[in-house]
Amino acid sequence: MKTIIFKTASTYLLPLLVLFSIFILLRGHYLPGGGFVGGLIASIAFVIHSFANGIDQTKSIIKFHPGFLMPIGLAIALLSGAAPLLIGESFMTGLWFEEPVSVIGMVGSALFFDTGVYLVVIGVTLTIIFTISETL
Amino acid sequence: MELLLVMLIGLLYASGIYMMLRRSMVKLIIGLILLGNGANMLIFLLGRIVKGKPPIIDSASKMLTEIYADPVPQALILTAIVISFGLQSFAIILVKRAYKITATDDLDELNTTDEIYE
Amino acid sequence: MNNPYIVLPVIFQLFTAVLLMFFWFRVNAQRLITIICSLISVGIAIWLFNEVYNRGILTMQAGEWQAPFGITFVADIFSATMVLLTAISGMAVAVFSTGSIRNARLKFGFFPILNFLLMGLQGAFLTGDIFNLYVWFEIIIIASFVLITIGGEKAQIEGAMKYVTMNLLASAIFLTAIAILYGMAGSLNMADLSGQVAQIENRGLVNVVAILFLVGFGIKSAVFPLYFWLPASYHTPPPAISAIFGGLLTKVGVYALIRIFTLIFIPDEFLSNLLIIMAALTILSGGLGAILQVNMRKIFSYLIVCHIGFMIAGLGIYTELAILGAIFYLIHDIIVKTNLFLISGLIFKLKGTLNIEKLGGIYKKYPKYSLLIAIPLFSLVGIPPLSGFWSKLFLIEGGYLEGQYTLVGFILLGSFLTLWVIAKLWSEVFWKESVDLPKKINVKYFYELKPFKQWAMIIPIVILTVISLYIGLAAEHIIVLSKQISSELMNPSAYIEAVLGTKTDMP
Repeated sequence: MKTIIFKTASTYLLPLLVLFSIFILLRGHYLPGGGFVGGLIASIAFVIHSFANGIDQTKSIIKFHPGFLMPIGLAIALLSGAAPLLIGESFMTGLWFEEPVSVIGMVGSALFFDTGVYLVVIGVTLTIIFTISETL
Repeated sequence: MELLLVMLIGLLYASGIYMMLRRSMVKLIIGLILLGNGANMLIFLLGRIVKGKPPIIDSASKMLTEIYADPVPQALILTAIVISFGLQSFAIILVKRAYKITATDDLDELNTTDEIYE
Repeated sequence: MNNPYIVLPVIFQLFTAVLLMFFWFRVNAQRLITIICSLISVGIAIWLFNEVYNRGILTMQAGEWQAPFGITFVADIFSATMVLLTAISGMAVAVFSTGSIRNARLKFGFFPILNFLLMGLQGAFLTGDIFNLYVWFEIIIIASFVLITIGGEKAQIEGAMKYVTMNLLASAIFLTAIAILYGMAGSLNMADLSGQVAQIENRGLVNVVAILFLVGFGIKSAVFPLYFWLPASYHTPPPAISAIFGGLLTKVGVYALIRIFTLIFIPDEFLSNLLIIMAALTILSGGLGAILQVNMRKIFSYLIVCHIGFMIAGLGIYTELAILGAIFYLIHDIIVKTNLFLISGLIFKLKGTLNIEKLGGIYKKYPKYSLLIAIPLFSLVGIPPLSGFWSKLFLIEGGYLEGQYTLVGFILLGSFLTLWVIAKLWSEVFWKESVDLPKKINVKYFYELKPFKQWAMIIPIVILTVISLYIGLAAEHIIVLSKQISSELMNPSAYIEAVLGTKTDMP
């Protein structure tokens, strides 16, 4: 799909959608949203870009292999899940900071877990899509 | 609504199994996907369908007394969908590889591993 | 008793997998990390076993959401034993694969995926929630899909097609069963379900759900008539991968069957008869299939099917003695089957083929290895005092006391068929005159490997052989353990009480 409209739009859509995905990630604890949906939206941003400009262009934007996001995301999720074990609580118990942080709101281990999920989802989805489209 | 869902689930299971019994690899994957969707709809149906009654407890009371929409089936379906997303994308890539290597779409051709002398 | 640390085996495997992913292309670093971490995970499993053995059933509520609403992890003595066995065979396979698997395969992430597989297994053994069990099963199968296709040879892809299809079908059936069960009982916690299902009046529907679970787990554990995918796929991946599949993946299905049918669906006459018939036919078809084959790993694959039948037979007879036999067999089988597939890997490296008609003369050339290999082979047959003997003794005694003479006959027939197969294998592979085989270019032979890799292949076999010797010679320890497991399984009130925290009167 090499139309000029789509190509122009995709350059603006990419940052907008990534920002929107972060917004979705942060509101996710009490409202609809969260890491999984956010991650999917962010990867859709890159997919749209790759449709308009070709896979190689998108790869040059991302700079590193998206699969590398998987271990990072998993590590964050694992640490936030296992953190309660250090103080003798059960695995995955929500721990929260006392004071809310501006813009983000209350910060707790659930947010870190969601961030991990967000990164893993981006990594997995982009790896799958790049693999499928490469070998066609 | 329930009757419609029941019919839909039956149709999904039947068509899923029918597609799996065909000899084409692509139809096999389609059959598996339909079967998975049927199972998800079944969870949705058997979790009792309630409209517009969120499972939120009043701050005054301690437990839900009225009929409410059970949130567990939705969580189960979401989990099952995420898992089947991963499994199906793997299966599709596997079928693609299998087609490349064996150069056939016919499942009956994939029988060399069953032979005694390979 | 509540103990938040019982998930440590799961968390540690995940930690190892994540750590290994950071070293994706650095294969030697992965080898080192794998060996160290698998030793640590054996240590954790021993700690857990010790804790459960001394203090009774331990539970953990994930996120402090109390049962039956949250996800519960339960470590009773059965789970703890399985966790320990998983850690031991996982360690053996991990060490073996550092020597046997080519770097090209390792670069596709073999070690991280292996650890994800082990994480799934540990999770499946520790969870007390039926949907969570489904999730762990999915983790197991997706990791095993990657392992079975890694390398992408033609036979592997063909085997994987059957393996993937049957496992996806099994998952769909399992999910259907969970859906109906949730609709009936309104709970997912296994301890809670135990009480809820007993109160349901529509026994017909309960039996239907039980059959759905039986089919779902039956496909995964390869019972008759659902086993055809197993001999078609287990011999295709590298031997180390077959070892973890043959040792543990079918056994997790058996574990789930034993757990479900002792805790939730207590077999009535119909279900017991069905289980017994399935067990008898599984033994027969596996044994007869093994006689026909010439590929060593296919022989072992059919023997897996045959011996799954013994465990299902124990479950079908459903007395404390028979379950004791089934549990003992499970313990013995995990160690021995893992070992046998590792041995097939060693023989392949020695000779470059696994066709028993072409093999020969191993005893003359490698007498020490042959002696080492003889022990697991004969303990599989059940020659006293090796480990297979005791478990069959209890199974046969259990069947005899219940009057299941036909089943006892099938168990004896199965043992006899196993003996025949192993005797044939021994005379063909070890005693027959050696034939000069053409040297294969794409096989790296054992004597070409570095000493480190040679030791990495021998040591796990030695460790597993010593353990199976221990199971046979110190059988009284294992009998005491199995007895405790089977009495806990037959009287699940302690389990229910530990999870739900209340006293319940069970029938």
